[in-house]
Amino acid sequence: MRSGLARFAAFAAILCFAAGAADAASPTLAKVKKNGYLRCGVNEGLPGFATPDAKGNWTGLDVDFCRALAAAIFNDPKKVRFTPTSAKVRFTVLQAGEVDVLSRNTTWTMGRDVQIGLEFVGVMYYDGQGFMVPKKLNVTSAKQLSGASVCTNTGTTTELNLADYFRANKMKYKVIAFEKNAEVLAAYDAGRCDAYTTDASGLSAERLKLKNPNDHIILPEIISKEPLGPAVNQGDQQWGDLVRWTMYAMINAEELGVTSKNVDKMLKSPSPEVRRLLGVEGSFGESLGLTKDWVVRIVKTVGNYGEVFDRNVGKGSPLKIPRGMNALWKKGGLQYAPPVR
Amino acid sequence: MTPSRRPPREPMPGPIEWLRENLFSSWGNAALTVLALAIIYWTVVPFVTWAIVDAAWTGTGRDDCLAYDGACWPFVMQRIGQIVYGFYDVGQRWRVDIALIVLAAGLAWLTLPRVPGKRPVGALMLTLYPVAAFFLLAGGMGLEHVPTTRWGGFMMTMIVAMTGIVASLPLGILLALGRRSDLPVVKGFSIAFIELWRGVPLVTVLFMAANMLPLFAGLSVNKVLSALIAVALFSAAYMAEVVRGGLAAIPKGQYEAANAMGLPYWQAMAFIILPQALRLALPNIVGNFIGLLKDTSLISIIGLFDLLGIVQAGSTDPEWAAPNTAMTGYVFVGVVFWAMCFSMSRYAKHMEGVLAAGERR
Repeated sequence: MRSGLARFAAFAAILCFAAGAADAASPTLAKVKKNGYLRCGVNEGLPGFATPDAKGNWTGLDVDFCRALAAAIFNDPKKVRFTPTSAKVRFTVLQAGEVDVLSRNTTWTMGRDVQIGLEFVGVMYYDGQGFMVPKKLNVTSAKQLSGASVCTNTGTTTELNLADYFRANKMKYKVIAFEKNAEVLAAYDAGRCDAYTTDASGLSAERLKLKNPNDHIILPEIISKEPLGPAVNQGDQQWGDLVRWTMYAMINAEELGVTSKNVDKMLKSPSPEVRRLLGVEGSFGESLGLTKDWVVRIVKTVGNYGEVFDRNVGKGSPLKIPRGMNALWKKGGLQYAPPVR
Repeated sequence: MTPSRRPPREPMPGPIEWLRENLFSSWGNAALTVLALAIIYWTVVPFVTWAIVDAAWTGTGRDDCLAYDGACWPFVMQRIGQIVYGFYDVGQRWRVDIALIVLAAGLAWLTLPRVPGKRPVGALMLTLYPVAAFFLLAGGMGLEHVPTTRWGGFMMTMIVAMTGIVASLPLGILLALGRRSDLPVVKGFSIAFIELWRGVPLVTVLFMAANMLPLFAGLSVNKVLSALIAVALFSAAYMAEVVRGGLAAIPKGQYEAANAMGLPYWQAMAFIILPQALRLALPNIVGNFIGLLKDTSLISIIGLFDLLGIVQAGSTDPEWAAPNTAMTGYVFVGVVFWAMCFSMSRYAKHMEGVLAAGERR
């Protein structure tokens, strides 16, 4: 009798769970759909990642990720409202629910992941902190920077990495920190500091703005791992899944050769991997709360990861940053997405 | 025949004589003159060289600006639409145009001397215009909705500054009167309000309104609305102290005279005390307005782009990455702000003269 009751309870629990799973719709997704637009936190202005173009549209790698999300949800990459956030307020803005996703060149660290209630969904861009110095200093390695004054931004991991690196190498330094990139660069260009440190992608962008870009070199040392990726609030696993798989879909699309130009043709591809990715087979889109053709929507309107990279920071942009660590795993890089299966 | 009081005209001094009298009257003055000339030379000449002579004037991207050592004006020219309207949809910008033109016309009507009908126009500008402008900009009543996230640039600066200016003067007057009131509750409330808002920096207020309220109270307030309210209340507190200064400078006899005439409190204030107090306080009131106008740039802390913010964000476009892009944008913004602030202060000077007419006799 007792076991019968226990069995009934277990059965009831399974029923409840199944029912729960069936309408396991993400509250965030429901809210986004109800609003009719995605709210996306981006940088206030970082070349290649988030910047308003002349026509008043936000452009950049981080921006395009939000557009991809909007494309997956609404089939319209324009249904995004961007909130520019400074480095200091970005997490507050996300936690306060002012944005649905934070796509703002934010470094994924353990502290941020486990201590402040964020969930990082993946790595959109593998970056690392480097140093730029004027050539006339005749410095060829960051190890020679003992006693240097270093310009950087306040309130980011950059300042902490800098301290770690100099302490580990028993070198002295003086930090001169500013809130905005423009201020850091102006101080560096005016000679107020010997070196400028920030993420290597940022250095390439800032170097373009110097009086004589060729008079400055980026030192070979990369002193930190800066995996930059989008983050969402903890507590809505399904929404995290949707954001994560949007990124993986873009990477998988590149790996499988699906581009914005050939995506319609690819629908007829015999490859089972392509067919699953594009929703010809399986119902992966539905299980995210989207439609079957969610990846087709993303790739057609925004592009695959490689296209987005090239257009914003790579060879199709003034920044001309090489793919490097951000190449696909098959090409010697780190970008690797689990399969759609 | 009445004898002329005018003294005989002195002969016009020659240029050398004028120089000697005004610029080189002593060794010390001569040294100061030379120093001043040197400072002008060292600042104005390089600036003009940078801003005009060496500047790029045409182009479509960073390559066109890299060829020049000076300012990168094509950047400002290409983005002038964005600088004025922010992210406002291009097809809907006529709505902003109408709002700005009506505002400019209204201000001109109210400020230019010898234009009739100031009272009805002023009343319309204070009542009908804000409502009409709101619907025009935000949408509704048949117009397409433009979310406030797309507002920005000069338009945002004007919205925040005008709201602050229009709201802060009446609120400030009420608070100042409240602080001098004999009623303990009114007095206590006014003091608490004024000291609370004067005790915190505007940045903190904006940050609290935009980020902390949603976090703690679960209230999601429109950011533009919260910025408008914060700026209005903040500047009202400062305005109250300025007006109180004016009230304190009115001799006691004026209050007593008003009482002796049997005027009730509000009439005494409206017809006897405030006109004099506001005249005395006018320079500081305008100083407050100017400070408020410049403070609008602080709204960038909550992710709203004013005139400065939009230029700063635009200058990060890699298509325009060049040494002088950002500086050109800043100079442009500086000139616009200066023009607005300077015209306000000139107008205040003019009004001081008009209002002081009673004392020149």
